[in-house]
Amino acid sequence: MARQKLPPTQTLTMKIDDVDVTAKPGQTIKDVARDHDIIIPGLCYLDGLSIWGGCRLCLVEVEGMNKLLASCSTEVAEGMVVHTDSPKLRAYRKVVIEMLFAERNHVCSVCVSNGGCELQDMAVELGVDHVHLPYMDPDVNLDSSNDRFRLDHNRCIMCTRCVRVCGEIEGAFTKGIGGRGIDVRIINDLNMPWGESQTCTSCGKCVHVCPTGALVEKGTAAAEMDKRRAFLPYLTIMREAQR
Amino acid sequence: MSDKKKPVTIATVWLDGCSGCHMSFLDLDERLVEIAPLIEMVYSPVVDSKEIPKGTDVGIIEGAISNEDDRAKALKMRAACGFLISLGDCAVTGNVPSMRNVFDQKECFDRSYHENAQLQPMDPTVCVPPLLDKVLPVHQVVDVDLYVPGCPPPADAIYYVLSELLAGRQPDPLLLTRFGK
Amino acid sequence: MTPEELIQIAEERRGQQAAVGKRINVCAAASCMSRHSDKIAEEMSSHAESLGDKAEGVEVRCVGCMGLCSAGPLVEVDHPADEAAGNDAPKTMYRGVSMDDADRIVEAAAGGTTVEQLVQPTDIPYFSRQKRIVTENSGYIDPESIEDYIAADGYSGLVTALTEMSPNDVLHEVTISGLRGRGGGGFPTGLKWSTVAKTDADKKYVVCNADEGDPGAFMDRAVLESDPHRIIEGMTIAGYAVGASKAYIYVRAEYPLAIARLKKAIRQAQKYELLGTNLCDTPFNFEIELRLGAGAFVCGEETALIASIEGRRGVPRPRPPFPASYGLYGKPTLINNVETLATIPWIVRNGGDALASIGTAKSKGTKVFALAGKIVNNGLIEVPMGISLREIVYDIGDGIPDGGTFKAVQTGGPSGGCVPGNLLDMPVDYESLQEAGTIMGSGGMIIMDEASNMVDVARFFMEFCKDESCGKCTPCRVGTAQMLDLLEKLCAKSATEKDLELLKELCDVVKACSLCGLGQTAPNPVLSTLRYFEDEYMGSLVGGVSGDGRPVPDVETKAGAPDRIER
Repeated sequence: MARQKLPPTQTLTMKIDDVDVTAKPGQTIKDVARDHDIIIPGLCYLDGLSIWGGCRLCLVEVEGMNKLLASCSTEVAEGMVVHTDSPKLRAYRKVVIEMLFAERNHVCSVCVSNGGCELQDMAVELGVDHVHLPYMDPDVNLDSSNDRFRLDHNRCIMCTRCVRVCGEIEGAFTKGIGGRGIDVRIINDLNMPWGESQTCTSCGKCVHVCPTGALVEKGTAAAEMDKRRAFLPYLTIMREAQR
Repeated sequence: MSDKKKPVTIATVWLDGCSGCHMSFLDLDERLVEIAPLIEMVYSPVVDSKEIPKGTDVGIIEGAISNEDDRAKALKMRAACGFLISLGDCAVTGNVPSMRNVFDQKECFDRSYHENAQLQPMDPTVCVPPLLDKVLPVHQVVDVDLYVPGCPPPADAIYYVLSELLAGRQPDPLLLTRFGK
Repeated sequence: MTPEELIQIAEERRGQQAAVGKRINVCAAASCMSRHSDKIAEEMSSHAESLGDKAEGVEVRCVGCMGLCSAGPLVEVDHPADEAAGNDAPKTMYRGVSMDDADRIVEAAAGGTTVEQLVQPTDIPYFSRQKRIVTENSGYIDPESIEDYIAADGYSGLVTALTEMSPNDVLHEVTISGLRGRGGGGFPTGLKWSTVAKTDADKKYVVCNADEGDPGAFMDRAVLESDPHRIIEGMTIAGYAVGASKAYIYVRAEYPLAIARLKKAIRQAQKYELLGTNLCDTPFNFEIELRLGAGAFVCGEETALIASIEGRRGVPRPRPPFPASYGLYGKPTLINNVETLATIPWIVRNGGDALASIGTAKSKGTKVFALAGKIVNNGLIEVPMGISLREIVYDIGDGIPDGGTFKAVQTGGPSGGCVPGNLLDMPVDYESLQEAGTIMGSGGMIIMDEASNMVDVARFFMEFCKDESCGKCTPCRVGTAQMLDLLEKLCAKSATEKDLELLKELCDVVKACSLCGLGQTAPNPVLSTLRYFEDEYMGSLVGGVSGDGRPVPDVETKAGAPDRIER
C-alpha cells in the first residue's frame, strides 16, 4: 500500500542572530526577522510592492552558504542559521550606502527631502559620516515637465519603488527603466518628458514611495517635502481583502 | 587644582563654504564661556594670527577644497595639527560648492564673470587662486580624523564633539548631526 | 520517425556520399565566410561545371568550421568513394584560399594533384592533439543538411533514447558521464537535470543558452554554425529526460549565420518528425523556438535570460529560487549552455562511461576553447580535460608569433583571470583553474605576450563589465564604474597607493555583494592580475617602479584584440 502523504509542515524553526525563532514556510528572512524585532536595513524593499533585491543593503550571512543572500528575497528553510549584523556585513553596507551617495549628486542641504529621506536615515543608522569613495559628479538632469511633480535624477538611487508602484498598484505602467549600468535611469513611458506622458494618472504614488528627493511635489523648498509611505500596505491589504 | 591643565590649542580655517559652520560654533553662546578656559584659539578667521603654529592640538576645517589656496591651507593644517576635524557638509561632502563639478570651469567663469556681470565682464586674473578642476571634500586631499557633517552642524553637535574630545573620549557625531542637518 | 527510417536515411545518404569521387569541402562558418569562403565555394562549383567532363566526379560543398581560423579560408579535398572502398585516400587541406585560388584547386582536385603552395599540413599537433566530441562533425558535414547529420549518426541518440530508454535511463547516463556545465559555472549537468526532472509541474521548459558574449570567445558560435542539429538533438533528449515539451534557444542577434542555420535545422527536423508531436510514436512532444538576444551580455545570466525570453527587461533576479524550480513563466526550467547540450547526443550514443573515461577525476570529457590573441594558431580547439596549458599554447597553438615571449593566458572572459607563465604546466580542469584564481569559463583563451600591460588588461575587462552591467544592483552598477575610474588612473600613471587600496576594497565589496554572476565575478580580472603581476600595479603608481625594475609595458597595445591578421 502506498504510504500516505504527510501534510506539509506548518511551521519551521531557525536561528536569526543567535535567537531561536519560528517561521512559516514561504516567509522571507527579512519578514521573519521583523516578526522578531530584528530590523534588517534596506532601501529598495517596501511593504506592498514586489521584491526587487537590487539595493543589496539587506544582505545577510546564512551558515553553509558561501554567498551573502538578500534577506528580502530569500525564503526561510528549516534549521537555517542567519546572521544579520556581523562586522563584515556592516562594513559592506556602509560601502553600499557610500556608493549611492557617490553615484549621483545628493546635495542634502539643498534637497527638498532633506530630513525626510531614507538614504540619509540609513547613512546615520549605518554610521556613514563621510564618503570615502570619489564622488562621480555625473551630469544628470531633472524632469519638471509634469504639472504637479518633479523627477530629479540627481537624487535617484534606482530602488525602482516608483516603477513597481506605478505598474503593480496604480496599473499605469508609466514609470520604467531606461539605459543600463551606471547610465540607468528612471524613465516615463518611452523615455519622454513626464508632462507628455499619456499614461500617467498623476496619482502621486510614485512620489510618496520614493525614499529620497528624486520624486517630489512641486512647490516644495529645501526640507519641505514630507513623504507619506504608510498608505501602501493598507492599500494592498484592502485590495487583497476585496479580492 | 593648582596645576592647571595646559589649554588645548585649536586652529580653524574657513575654505570654500559660507562660514555657517563657524557661525554655528559661535552659537555655542554661553557654553563658549565654559569651554574658553580649556582651549586656546591659535589660528582662526575669528582671531588675528598669520600662521598656524606647529604642534597645534586640534585643527577644524570648514569648507570644501575648491582652489589651490584651499588645498595649500588644508595641507598646512594637516601638517600643523595633531587631530583634524572636517566640520560641516562642505568639508565632508563638497556640498553646495561641489555643485559646479558637473560643469566645466569655462562654463562657471562665463556664468559668473560675464553673463552675470553688470560692469566690465572679465575673467579674474590677478590675486585670485586658480580653481581646481573639481571641488573636493577635505578627506580627498588630506587625511581627516573626525567627520562632523551637517549644514551647518548644530551648535549642540559642535559642543558635544569638543567636550568629548576635551574629556579624552572619541565622539560619535552622528548622534546629533548628519548630512544636510 | 522510426529507428528503421532513420537508418534508411543514413544509409541512403552515405551511399550518395560514397559515390562522390573527389569532394572539395569549403569552410562556411563565420570566420572563413568573413573572408568570402561562400563566394569561393560558388566559384569552385561553377568552375567545376564549366570544366565539364574534365571535372567529373568533383563535388563542391560547404561544411562547418575546421578550427584553424587564423589560416582561413580553409578548404579540404577528400575522396569519399576511395574511402568507402577502403583505398588509400589522403585528404589535402588548403589554407588562406583566395578567390584567385579557387579555379586551380578545382583543377588540381580533378586531376588528382595538389596546389603545393597552399597546402596546410594536417600532421601537426594542432590537429593530432585534439579530441573531438562536441566538434566531431564540425568541418565534416554540411551544416545545412539534416541528411548529412543523420549519416554521421545524428539523431540516433535521440531515437535510441525515445525508443529504448526511460527518462531515468537518460538521466543516469548523463549523471555517470560526469558532465559539468560548459557555460562557465561547471555545475554537474546530471544533478541539474535530475532537479528539474523531480520537480512536479504541469509544464517544464528547456532553454539553450546561446548568448555567448565573452570577449574573444566563439566556441558556441562555431558549434551552432557547423552542427546546428546537434543542439536540437541534445535539447530534445534533455526535454525527454526532464519531462519538458517546449524549448527555447536564446541566441544573440549578433550571430546571424547561426540563427539562419538553426532556423533551417528546426524546419528540417520538424519535416522529419524529429520535432513535433508523438516523436518516434511515443507520447513525447517537443517543440523548439528561437529567441534573439538584443545585445546585452547580462542576458547570458540565466535569470536575466529568462526575463528576456518572457519579454521583460533582461535583468537578473536574486536566486534562490533557482530556475530549476522556478524558471521561465514560473515553471521548472532546465537551462544549459550550447556546448553542454552538444555533448549530450554523444553521451547517449556512446554511454556515460565513455565520457567519464576522458579527463580528470572531477572534470570529465572534453572542452572547446577559442584560442585568440598572441598565438600562432588562432582558432577553435577541442581538447580532453586535464591537458596542460603548455600543450595548448605551445603544441596546439604553436607558441607566440614573431618570436614573442609568453606572458599570460586569460581564461573565462570578464569573469575569469590570467594565468602566468610559471603555471603553464597546470592541468586545465575546473578545480585547477579555480585554484589559480581564474575559471574555466565558457572557453575563451586569450594569449598575451610581453608587450601586454596587465593593468590595461584588467582595465579592458572592467570597461566591458561596466558597459554591460544592467544597473539593477548598487555594487555592480557603481562599483564597476568606480573601479574602472581607478584602473584608468593607474593606466595614466596618476594613481596613488590609496587608490590601489580603494581598488582592492571595491573588488571585495563588488564580489561579495553583487546580485548576479556578472558583478560577483567582475573584479576577477583585477584580482588575478594583482595576484600575479602586482609589480605592474606598483609600477603604475605615481613615481612607481615595478618590483624587478623592469619597465611596465605601455598601455597602447589593446589587450585581447588580435591586432594582426595572418597571411
